Amino acid sequence: MDVLQLLLSGLANGCVYGLVALGFVLIYKATEAVNFAQGDFMMLGAFIMVGLVNPQFMGLNFWLAVPIALILMATLGYLLDLLVLRHMFGQSQTAVVILTIALGFVIRFIAGVIWGHEPQNLHSPLALGDVRFGGVVLSMADIAVIVVTVIMTMLLWQFFQRTKLGLAMQAASQNQMAAYYMGIPVKRVQGAVWALAGVVACVAGILYASKGTLDISSGFIGIKAFAAAVIGGFGSLPGALMGGLIVGIIEPFAARYLPAGYSQIAPYALLIIVLVFRPHGLFAQVRVKKV
Amino acid sequence: MRFHFKTSYDHDIRLFPDWYKFSLYAVLLLILLALPWIIDSFYLGEVTNVLIWSVAGLGLMLLTGQTGQVSLGHSAFMALGAYTCVNFMEAGLPFLAAFLLAGVVTGIIGALVAIPALKLHGVYLSIFTLALAILADDFIVILEPWTGGVNGYFAPEIWVFGIEINRWAAPETWYFLTLGTALFVTLIYRNLLRSPLGRAFAAVRDSEISAQAMGVDVARTKTMAFGLSCAFAGLGGALMGLFAGAFNNETFNFLISIQLLMMIIIGGLGFIHGAFLGAIVIAFLPQFLSIATDVLHITVPGLETGVFGMILIAFILFEPMGLYGRWLKMRTWLELFPFARRDMFRRQKSYLKTERLR
Repeated sequence: MDVLQLLLSGLANGCVYGLVALGFVLIYKATEAVNFAQGDFMMLGAFIMVGLVNPQFMGLNFWLAVPIALILMATLGYLLDLLVLRHMFGQSQTAVVILTIALGFVIRFIAGVIWGHEPQNLHSPLALGDVRFGGVVLSMADIAVIVVTVIMTMLLWQFFQRTKLGLAMQAASQNQMAAYYMGIPVKRVQGAVWALAGVVACVAGILYASKGTLDISSGFIGIKAFAAAVIGGFGSLPGALMGGLIVGIIEPFAARYLPAGYSQIAPYALLIIVLVFRPHGLFAQVRVKKV
Repeated sequence: MRFHFKTSYDHDIRLFPDWYKFSLYAVLLLILLALPWIIDSFYLGEVTNVLIWSVAGLGLMLLTGQTGQVSLGHSAFMALGAYTCVNFMEAGLPFLAAFLLAGVVTGIIGALVAIPALKLHGVYLSIFTLALAILADDFIVILEPWTGGVNGYFAPEIWVFGIEINRWAAPETWYFLTLGTALFVTLIYRNLLRSPLGRAFAAVRDSEISAQAMGVDVARTKTMAFGLSCAFAGLGGALMGLFAGAFNNETFNFLISIQLLMMIIIGGLGFIHGAFLGAIVIAFLPQFLSIATDVLHITVPGLETGVFGMILIAFILFEPMGLYGRWLKMRTWLELFPFARRDMFRRQKSYLKTERLR
């Protein structure tokens, strides 16, 4: 029973990592860049919800606030691409990495100025009540996290496989020049994917804030989401979710069975092992390096 | 405008291209040597801080600027340098020997770490090194017998040839120690660039595949770059830890390595001058901001990192060559006036192609 409880709570945490990792993968899939600020996007999305819902700020109804927050984050993602990242078009990936790290710093600073540095709680209807079946206690928030994550992943996966825009995004990343020749508006497609990543980050943020307290350094779970994305193989959406679940499940078990001090090493150690032995993840998409 | 008429191959690799350059740097050195008698002890401490950051920055510059491998994990190697240096000193070695040995040990461990990372490119390498930087924090706590765990270490007394290096009683001793280290590291760096190894670094940075085709052993070159870079970072870390007076697992957290990377980009990636210019920005920005907030009577928590991020974004968007690159452009414009053209420094753009097949 103990094992089952650990497994389920790990699953719920893993889903949040998976959602942040989905954001990485989305942007990587469409632009070949890695958004190191995705964790901070999530934090910002959660804080926008706090600002809309909590009584000391605007005190809106939760279900009314969700679409507003999603639209705000989508706009922000699109504007970031329009104003900042589009100017990086045609430059090295390294420059984009450093730029997004800097963006993360700025987002953290702005969130700190607006919402303060104290931990906050989101007044979320998801945060109420526990469900127990057969000795296993699971909060409503955990169940909501798992359900929403699975639905999101399926939707995004189908979006990339089936829709015209999804295919255009894949084409734009696989060969920018050829995509241009095929009449794909590469820059606008990339803007769309940044907006989508903003939405995913916002969903992750709302779920994260429903599960516990939130502060401006919450964005650092982005680093664990990296582990998730790498384990899943950057560029694979179901892989990102799987990676997130693996990291999420390993954590409570390591905390339970390893001596103190060693337990928090586990996700990063796993990340390093995967990078060394399977550099392109467990769901690899690269077979040969081309010139 | 000066012309260089090269009559032998040695002209290509001389330390200073002409007497003018040589005298310029000689004057700079003289000013630096006379600095303790020119400015007061507070600013001398700040300059010492600048020099310490530059030593660590030169380490990262060698890896990122010269060899093109982005590392977000240099704080781990700085911590390693600091802890090995203190441990050697506790074991009874004189400071200078412990200090240099700390650099060597850090370099060897850095090279060993690089071996599994050799296959990793670009983003994957940054994530790998970022994980190292985060793990370093936990390992420092676990290895308590050598590191003092969360309680950390108090820097022991430092004696060099019978002179006590003391930050408070005699700030000029610390200044000369760091100046000496910075000169030493800069000289090694400069000489490296003139050697075949330095050329190999640049070849690997520009294109691994063409470097391989030209007969460069890419794996060996990358390992050497990692080793040397970590050795410099270790020296910088040892100085930083000892200068701070006390350090524990929090002193060298992963934000330090991100700051180090930002520093060399603001200074100018791939230039020795860039490491120093970046260090000046990073060391004086907090002072400048605290003066500015005092004048305006406002307090903004976290302002430093926010402003730092904004400066970095501005540099990447508008001046990717950094401060030194800006200076180079201005100098070229003056030297060639009125024949300088904007496109002389234009960067080559490339269209992306994925390495993924699906």
